[in-house]
Amino acid sequence: MKKLSFLSALCGAAMGFGAVASANAATTLEAVKAKGFVQCGVSQGLPGFSNADDSGKWTGLDVDLCRAVAAAVFGDAEKVKYSPLSAKQRFTALSSGEIDILSRNTTWTMTRDTQLGLNFAGVNYYDGQGMMVPIALGVKSATELDGANICTNTGTTTELNITDYFRTNGMSFNLVAFEKADEVVAAYDAGRCDVYTTDRSGLAAQRGKLTQPDSHVVLPEIISKEPLGPVVRQGDDQWFNIVRWSLNAMINAEELGISSSNVNMKKFQSKLAPSVARLIGKEGKFGEELGLSNDWAYNIIMQVGNYAESYEKHVGLNTPLKLARGVNSLWSNGGILYAAPIR
Amino acid sequence: MTRKVIKAAPKKTTMKKAIPSDIDTQAGYVRIEDAPLLPPPPSEVGVTGWLYKNIFASMSDFGSVSATLKSVFVAASTLFILYFLITQISGLLDFAIFSAVWSDPEGLKRQACWTVEQGGALPNGWHAACWPFIEAKAKFIFYGAYPSDDLWRVNLTYALGGFMLAWVMIERLPYRKIVGILLLTVYPVMATVLLTGGAFSISTGTIGGATILGLALITIGRLGKAGYVSGAFGDLALVAGVCGWLVILFAAVLAVFAIDFDLEAIDTRDWGGLLITLVVAITGIVASLPLGILLALGRRSEMPVARFLCTVFIEFWRGVPLITVLFMASVMLPLFMPEGVNFDMLLRALIGVTLFSAAYMAEVVRGGLQAIDKGQYEGADAVGLSYWQSMRLIILPQALTHVIPGIVNTFIGLFKDTALVSIVGIFDLLGAAQSTLADAAWSTPVQGLTGYLVVAVIFFVFCFGMSRYSMFMERKLNRSHKS
Amino acid sequence: MFGRDRSLTSLLNDTFIRGILFQALIAIGLFLSINWLADNTLSNLANQGKTLGFDFLTRTAGFQISPTLGTWMLDYKVGKSTYTDVYLIGIINTFIVALLGILAATVIGFTVGIMRLSDNLVFRWFSSFYVEVVRNVPLLLQLFFWYFAVLRAMPSKREKLELVEGVAGLNITGLYLPAPIVSDGFIYSFLSLIGAIAITFLVRRYALRRQAETGQILPMFWIGLGIIIILPVLVHYLNGSPLDWSLPEFKDTGPKLRQGYQSGAGMVLVPEMLAVWLALSLYTAAFIAEIVRAGILAVNRGQTEAAYALGVRPNVTLRLVVIPQAMRVIIPPLTSQYLNLTKNSSLAVAIAYPELVSVFAGTALNQVGKEVEMIFMMMMVYLTFSLMTAAFMNWFNSRVKLVER
Repeated sequence: MKKLSFLSALCGAAMGFGAVASANAATTLEAVKAKGFVQCGVSQGLPGFSNADDSGKWTGLDVDLCRAVAAAVFGDAEKVKYSPLSAKQRFTALSSGEIDILSRNTTWTMTRDTQLGLNFAGVNYYDGQGMMVPIALGVKSATELDGANICTNTGTTTELNITDYFRTNGMSFNLVAFEKADEVVAAYDAGRCDVYTTDRSGLAAQRGKLTQPDSHVVLPEIISKEPLGPVVRQGDDQWFNIVRWSLNAMINAEELGISSSNVNMKKFQSKLAPSVARLIGKEGKFGEELGLSNDWAYNIIMQVGNYAESYEKHVGLNTPLKLARGVNSLWSNGGILYAAPIR
Repeated sequence: MTRKVIKAAPKKTTMKKAIPSDIDTQAGYVRIEDAPLLPPPPSEVGVTGWLYKNIFASMSDFGSVSATLKSVFVAASTLFILYFLITQISGLLDFAIFSAVWSDPEGLKRQACWTVEQGGALPNGWHAACWPFIEAKAKFIFYGAYPSDDLWRVNLTYALGGFMLAWVMIERLPYRKIVGILLLTVYPVMATVLLTGGAFSISTGTIGGATILGLALITIGRLGKAGYVSGAFGDLALVAGVCGWLVILFAAVLAVFAIDFDLEAIDTRDWGGLLITLVVAITGIVASLPLGILLALGRRSEMPVARFLCTVFIEFWRGVPLITVLFMASVMLPLFMPEGVNFDMLLRALIGVTLFSAAYMAEVVRGGLQAIDKGQYEGADAVGLSYWQSMRLIILPQALTHVIPGIVNTFIGLFKDTALVSIVGIFDLLGAAQSTLADAAWSTPVQGLTGYLVVAVIFFVFCFGMSRYSMFMERKLNRSHKS
Repeated sequence: MFGRDRSLTSLLNDTFIRGILFQALIAIGLFLSINWLADNTLSNLANQGKTLGFDFLTRTAGFQISPTLGTWMLDYKVGKSTYTDVYLIGIINTFIVALLGILAATVIGFTVGIMRLSDNLVFRWFSSFYVEVVRNVPLLLQLFFWYFAVLRAMPSKREKLELVEGVAGLNITGLYLPAPIVSDGFIYSFLSLIGAIAITFLVRRYALRRQAETGQILPMFWIGLGIIIILPVLVHYLNGSPLDWSLPEFKDTGPKLRQGYQSGAGMVLVPEMLAVWLALSLYTAAFIAEIVRAGILAVNRGQTEAAYALGVRPNVTLRLVVIPQAMRVIIPPLTSQYLNLTKNSSLAVAIAYPELVSVFAGTALNQVGKEVEMIFMMMMVYLTFSLMTAAFMNWFNSRVKLVER
């Protein structure tokens, strides 16, 4: 290994930038701790989920998950670096170790889970593929779309879903598949296509980029299941658990009514419900079991917030995306968000 | 009048003297005075002459049917092209200047560039540039997400580079050679430290090891020079000495990189816009020239293995499109490396671009090498120069001078090709401009054209400048050959 | 050579031996590094649970590809066509746009190049302006301009801009042209066209011999044109004209979505292809114009003057003296421009034209995930094409090389 690190130092120094050799630490956690930050793979710009402003600050629901992991590992949610990845690059980037978590509105499918050497650590947004059309077209339902031109992104499951949907319904269509989401929006906006299809959350996010956002409507049909969630490399159960439980901690916090505004209060409260006490590390050694400190979840809630806070801040009704909670409500509120308990 | 003309033309008077005396000068039919010198026909001088020569000459042949047809055709297409040029240029000026929205004092953002139909104040059918959009996005287009507080580092890098480059290019200044060497050695190190923040985690062991190795090699070289090592090993010792200096230099660079200058570390992911374009283009240009020269020499070498390898390398890189190279660099390079070794995204693109343009450079240099007379090679051999000496002192200076236009053309091509890195998700000038187009707050129908116009103008200025400089150099070198 | 002193020192001093040693070192180094890379790749692939192999080529592809020449030729059907078809579609689409681009770029490039040498100032201005602007702006940017900026200016899907009433029209969804429908007998018309070309060649040989013997010149151009047009047309109509045209059909009634040009009638050139074609040909034409200009300027003026002095007429001088010599200078860089154009067609990936890089190394790669194999297959196509071009260049160079010294 000595040879390798020298080699990479040589390449890196000769070219001027650091080629990071993570020194092949035994586990991802050790490697992350050694370098001092979590490297998080995000999208190249999807408002609400992962989007950078002009100063390079990343925000969004997917970004919050990475921040939660950083808060759990370091006690500091800002110790994250982001790699914007195209749909095509994302899995290679993860399996090659370039990133530690992929949190990039990635659909959990069986092929990806089994054949790509990856593990999905949970679902942070239940989505489905939808279609957007100009209101002027007078289309009320996707079944009226026979013969339509459809714009979408390449490199995703959407191409397959839309093809399946039209075949099942015996309709014909033309697909125009672009490399980048922005190009799809531009082409749809120019009128190249009658229909823009992608995940419904994506439609909501991209809609604002259209010249006349109000003259387009999202059709009621949801043609696929798209559980979006964070992905890690296969074969490192500890890291997998950290990511999974960071997400679960956020959901559990919402369920238990703990948010960034009241978590500090709870911390000094002597009488706590046992489930809350376990969550914020006043009872048990759940953090240590993960290889972290026991206030890992406290840090997440304090610095990132619970799931509801994150949702409302980035994609909720008061944001440009205006996405209602819908199926992403807690199970107790009629949704399907259901995190395993911490005990 | 006539006299005056004759006076003004003394040659004529001498001719008059030469008239043989036996001609009867009194005879009525003999003209005594010179015919008056007529002014040149109007078709040759003045505005009309100029117009005739430059425009109408090509369309005023009505001698035959086919010539008439041709003249009419040329006249018609001249008119058409003139009309086209005028409408296009005036349209462009109108778009960019006269009808453009220049300011957005009320902070309306996209509404400042909306027509009445769209909910703004501009007349319907308005279609011109929306400059407030560029103003708002200028920082991103030029620097990407580079932290605003640290922009002075980028500007300082530009200023230093521009200053040194100007110094090297202006011929009257002293020490041009030294500045040039600094530009190629010290400047890249400084630029790297300034832009990234330096303080790479390089172990002192590596630096110390390299220093010791270098010192040892230099000692061997000294011993060889002093004659303590005999025969063939003497040569090897000399080579070792040269390598030793290189290793020491390398250790020094490493040491500089390891120093903490108390600059905030800025990840290359935050770089963007013109900064990325310049970094990729300049690194590519500086690195591809030496690599290209080596490859060209290898391809013309007499060693079959080396020749074969260089040929395969060159033909491979020239045979595939750059975009596939970049895809390979961004998707497949991680597969080639051992687990845990990662390259920075920008570094990967740099490697791809450099190898790609090195192959093209090699072919240009090879063209120059082939153009050198065989006698030059033989002459160098005859005076007993070694291979490297003859290359360095005789062949390459001539060959490279010969192909300067080709080299600059490759540079221009490389500069334009940097735009392709935007496809693999690096926000270069074009990529940054495109990503600003996706900002909902500024989304208007004219936004795209405005952004593309800015990018096009920036690229044009750089490329056009380079090509003019190459033409200037070409003329200068040509002259020096003739004198 | 080294018979007397075979000591180690002299061996090392021998340039021949040194060369061998050096090359052996290179070869070993190369072998080791390739081995290292292959080893890494295999272990990385194994870590990801992937295997190497080309069995994916027989799997069926589950995605739609926009209608292009490739999908039409291979009759692409989702669920039936395999990834091999996708590969071939990519190759066909790459080459059709490259071929069309080469044709257009050559015509535009030669025109502009000759215009730069014209004595007409307007022509010179226009061509310099064109060359300087187009050469100094990245192709990708020009592609975006043609696609996104010009696309917006097109009539919408429910409107049309008719180029030829009822026959050809244009809107944002593409350029609609009549499509030929070939019936059985058409092969004879086609064969007769080939026959006519062959006959023309024979007549030409005869005409040249006749000219050499008697000095009489046959109006070869008109004869050839006559044979090539009349013979196939005659055969075609005697055979009962076995070729039909399917005209594009435009509807402006019925449900809004179905208005506009109807799919299935006529032939459509999708705007993605038009944009790639325009951008490629205009960009390459600027380079070709410079090559043509340099080529013509490279012909010594004395050549023309000598021809005139011999009484050769100007257009014959141009055809027999100037152009052959200019072509010797023009063709090698021209070929490499053609090669560049073909490689540059890969930029179409940015605007969704389904050529090789976009459809095979893009869409298909994402579904199958066989990076190594698929990128290898893609590169092979480009390499083959460029090696073929290189072979042609060598052949051409050896044919037209000036015999000197």
